[in-house]
Amino acid sequence: MDFLKNKSHRWLWGVLAGILFLGAGAAKGQFSVIFRKAVMICLECIGIG
Amino acid sequence: MKRLRLVVQLLFTIVTNGYAYGFLNGKIYQGRLKYTCVPGLNCYSCPGALASCPLGALQALLNQQGFQIPFGMLGFFFLFGSLLGRMICGWMCPFGLVQDLLHRIPLFHKRKKMPFHSVLKYGKYAVLVFLVLIGSSFLFGGFAKMPAFCKFLCPSGTLFGALPLLGSNEMLRSQAGGLFWWKLGILLLILALSVKVYRPFCQYLCPLGAIYGWFNGFSLVQIRWEKEQCILCGACQKACPVDLAVDEISISAECIRCGKCVTACPRDCLSFRKKV
Repeated sequence: MDFLKNKSHRWLWGVLAGILFLGAGAAKGQFSVIFRKAVMICLECIGIG
Repeated sequence: MKRLRLVVQLLFTIVTNGYAYGFLNGKIYQGRLKYTCVPGLNCYSCPGALASCPLGALQALLNQQGFQIPFGMLGFFFLFGSLLGRMICGWMCPFGLVQDLLHRIPLFHKRKKMPFHSVLKYGKYAVLVFLVLIGSSFLFGGFAKMPAFCKFLCPSGTLFGALPLLGSNEMLRSQAGGLFWWKLGILLLILALSVKVYRPFCQYLCPLGAIYGWFNGFSLVQIRWEKEQCILCGACQKACPVDLAVDEISISAECIRCGKCVTACPRDCLSFRKKV
């Protein structure tokens, strides 16, 4: 636990939070939303929509 | 170091935009890799893009019916930011590479910063809040939410998405109107400015840089400064493309970890280190 308490290991807390958030996002189906958007041509991105 | 970074930038850009069929036929990749994002600014409507754009993905989540915390993208930013910070901007961003290459053109007297830099550098935070977060959530579109950053500003979408798609797809070309010309104007302005000023989009407008910059102070990969050996000669600041002083290097939100300071230091007191 001392390893995690060390201030210079704050990046590790960030990684753990990242993994946790990714899991929460996956559980809520957010990656399907991203997929559905990314496989269609984004008309806003190309200045048409 | 300079050559290594260029090779990594080129490889990353080519590999993540490797769907050659899309460029030839004016179509985009629709495979399963698009469930994931690349870390840098890379439009998912680029015909070659194999994965999604993190800012486009964030806006897609914010554009959903009702408000949902975009956990998926928060996780992505925390994971990559905590490991690399803005090293992503310096080493893995295709639009950063374009600006780097343009800045090498031997025209004009080169400048590291724009006039009023100390104010303008906050522009990227304003873009993040007003266009990406608020714009995508409710402001500009009322109840019909829209990816406001992609629609009104993103030059990466115009360069990597619009130009190749409109160039090879007659139907899309016929629909291009005022909005396209507005975005093309922004792109041309940024590209022209890049010849004189170092990475103007990254320094002043990129919301992805604003996000990753927040992690710079504590990310795993750092440029470490051996204070005891330093003779404060200023060689690192002179080499730094964004003009950071030796005590700001690495921890500043502006540092893109390009490594020019590491190469320039005559006493080897700057080095890439993992923070373990």
